[in-house]
Amino acid sequence: MSHDHHEQSFFSKYLFSTDHKVIAMQYLFTGMFMALIGGFFAYGFRMQLAFPGIEVPGLGLVTPNLYNELVTNHGSIMIFWVAMPVLIAAFGNYLIPLMIGCDDMVFPRLNRLSYQIFLISAIVLIASFFVPGGGFSGAWTSYPPLSAQAKYNLTPLGAPMWLTAVALEFVAFLLGGINFITTLMNSRAPGMKMWDIPIVLWMIVIASIVFMASAGPLIAGAVMLLFDQIYHIGFFNPNKGGDPILWQHLFWFFGHPEVYVVLLPAMGIVAEVITVFARKKLFGYKTILYTTIATGTLSFFVWAHHQFVAGIDPRMANVFTITTILISIPVTEMCFAYIATLFGGSIELRTPMLFALAFLAEFLIGGVTGIFLGSSGSDIYFHDTYFVLAHFHYTFVPIAIISVFAGIYYWFPKMFGRHMNETLGKIHFWGTVIPFNLIFLPLFFLGLAGQHRRIYSYENFPELAKPYLQDLRILATVSLIVMLSFQVVFLFNFFYSIFKGKKAEKNPWRANTLEWAAASPPPHGNFPELPQVYRPPYEYSVPGRELDYWPQNEKA
Amino acid sequence: MEYIIERASSFAGDIDFLIVLIAVLGGFWLLLAEAVLFYFIVKYRRKASPKAQYITGEEEVSKKWLHWPHYAVIVCDLFIIFFAIQTWVKIKQTLPKPDAVIEVVGQQWAWKFTHPGLDGKLGTKDDVKTVDELHVVVNKTYQFKLKSDDVLHSFSIPVFRLKQDAVPGRTITGWFKPTKTGQFDIQCAEICGIGHGIMGAKLYIETEEEHRTWLEHQRMAQVNGNRINTAKK
Ligand SMILES: [Cu+2]
Ligand SMILES: [Cu+2]
Repeated sequence: MSHDHHEQSFFSKYLFSTDHKVIAMQYLFTGMFMALIGGFFAYGFRMQLAFPGIEVPGLGLVTPNLYNELVTNHGSIMIFWVAMPVLIAAFGNYLIPLMIGCDDMVFPRLNRLSYQIFLISAIVLIASFFVPGGGFSGAWTSYPPLSAQAKYNLTPLGAPMWLTAVALEFVAFLLGGINFITTLMNSRAPGMKMWDIPIVLWMIVIASIVFMASAGPLIAGAVMLLFDQIYHIGFFNPNKGGDPILWQHLFWFFGHPEVYVVLLPAMGIVAEVITVFARKKLFGYKTILYTTIATGTLSFFVWAHHQFVAGIDPRMANVFTITTILISIPVTEMCFAYIATLFGGSIELRTPMLFALAFLAEFLIGGVTGIFLGSSGSDIYFHDTYFVLAHFHYTFVPIAIISVFAGIYYWFPKMFGRHMNETLGKIHFWGTVIPFNLIFLPLFFLGLAGQHRRIYSYENFPELAKPYLQDLRILATVSLIVMLSFQVVFLFNFFYSIFKGKKAEKNPWRANTLEWAAASPPPHGNFPELPQVYRPPYEYSVPGRELDYWPQNEKA
Repeated sequence: MEYIIERASSFAGDIDFLIVLIAVLGGFWLLLAEAVLFYFIVKYRRKASPKAQYITGEEEVSKKWLHWPHYAVIVCDLFIIFFAIQTWVKIKQTLPKPDAVIEVVGQQWAWKFTHPGLDGKLGTKDDVKTVDELHVVVNKTYQFKLKSDDVLHSFSIPVFRLKQDAVPGRTITGWFKPTKTGQFDIQCAEICGIGHGIMGAKLYIETEEEHRTWLEHQRMAQVNGNRINTAKK
């Protein structure tokens, strides 16, 4: 009888928990697991590109169809099942209640439902790889008519399953978004005014708002596309009076804001880390907040820069060039504020700080190379080349990988009550960041040389089959393998430290925000008694104070 | 750019100029920001700077460090927008009077071309149809009518710096003017299914005489083909 009871409590504790911290961990571990699949897919198609026609160890021969399936699902997984769950859901769920000093989300059951739907979406996606015809292979953008008709894409089951998985994933994040916004607005500790909210929470909540405002058209589009696939309605079929370009508008109206949906939480994590490890107040808190809102708003007016050469009215391109280039203004201002935060600091290069600084250094490259693509004239050449690919990996890898590592190394002591190993952390850092650059710098060059995307072998294109271009492809692939191998160091450090790491105290980094006032790890309910807030979050090195930090909840 | 990939159309130079312009302006800001970032990391590391300063970034003195670069970025943006639109309008929004019109059709997974025959007119009996090879004359302005039979494709010629998606149900008109002879790649730059990776074609830019010879050859082949067909019947 008591055994039964124990079983039940294990289930209710880890599988059907409504505790925001457990749900955050569910999202984190699911996201990490999906990242392994996404990384493995990248290994598969990069091996084929570097050594066309070889039997890839662990995967076998990469046929043209398998190649398309790998690139399609690599992109889908990394964005929808890694970046979103980890950056928004895992960090959002973990941090929001702890950092505003309350015991849980406003809607804990909605929160649990959100994860469960997300888990189902991941299972549907993984199942789609094993159905007859294989997984969807029409690119993560899923443009019709290719995606709409099985006679074109040859994946009668894979395509609708992929689409269903994406739609379910969206439902999960809509539920999560409602929760985040409501919780931040209603459950703040007494005394926590708008300007006392840590910037990472602002960023996660603004990202959720942007997501919720942009996802509607795509969900509608997904339903329409599903109807085209299953019932042959023809919303996107020109022979039936439909329009394939309509999908592109619906997709990118979501797709571009999505970039900022994942960028903002990453910027937020970096803000928390650099202030703590530079012992500095965040430079221009309000400026950063306003530029965030400006970026989020502008991001709704730039989508057609993905469609300059898609067959839209060419006059439209001029409007979207202007809005796209203008978005560089708030984003650079944000980056400058971060760099200015380091001015006059006292910087300690611990592992989280190394990752946070690497985020800034790498993201700048991603941002600047975007200008070539946002400006219509040069996009004629660069559209759908490896230049685009290298550009957005210079934004997405810093966002979804580098900033996430900064966050994991930083909050690990809080999450698990133990420290990760610092030496292994630094080895992991250099083993990730150096190969990352060696993967994607060559790809910029290949893009300049005219290499187009989603091609399983360049042997059919004499201009691209030159030996020195092949050398660059091999360099990128070898660097990828090196980078992937160094993740073993991380996984070991992570799981070893959960059980055997050095015990962490409440506030090991001497930080100000409220999560550090809870025990490490925080028990169910978080705080023994709910904290009161007396000051803004970044009061580091305040003159006339002996300590170089000043927790938000410390009375005077 | 031309060290990396040849230029073979009249507007390739405009696009390359724009690319270089952005590289210079963007590169300047990138290097400046990276330099400042690394300088701060070195200068203010704990050993050299044990006690941090207290700066809110909201005083007027420190705000100017955001405002000056802010205005400078706007100026750079205006430059880029101006040249981007100028290039775009020249290539995509204007249609110079053509010397010849060709038809380009994408299908899973080939490019089909229709060239005007010796009469120089498209849509007459002597049109020359080819698959996966396009023959044009150097220094002549061409207009193309781009279509697709099935899914999206993208008609891409890197040496021309030309790219345009082909959309089923539409005919999209564009233009180019080759400026040097030679053999070059034509790509399909939009994923179009399992054969996307082999969907390439050859571009032959010829002199007037070479092109005439090729057309005559094609006509002979066609006539002979017809004869054989009639003989069979
Ligand atoms: Cu975009
Ligand atoms: Cu194609």
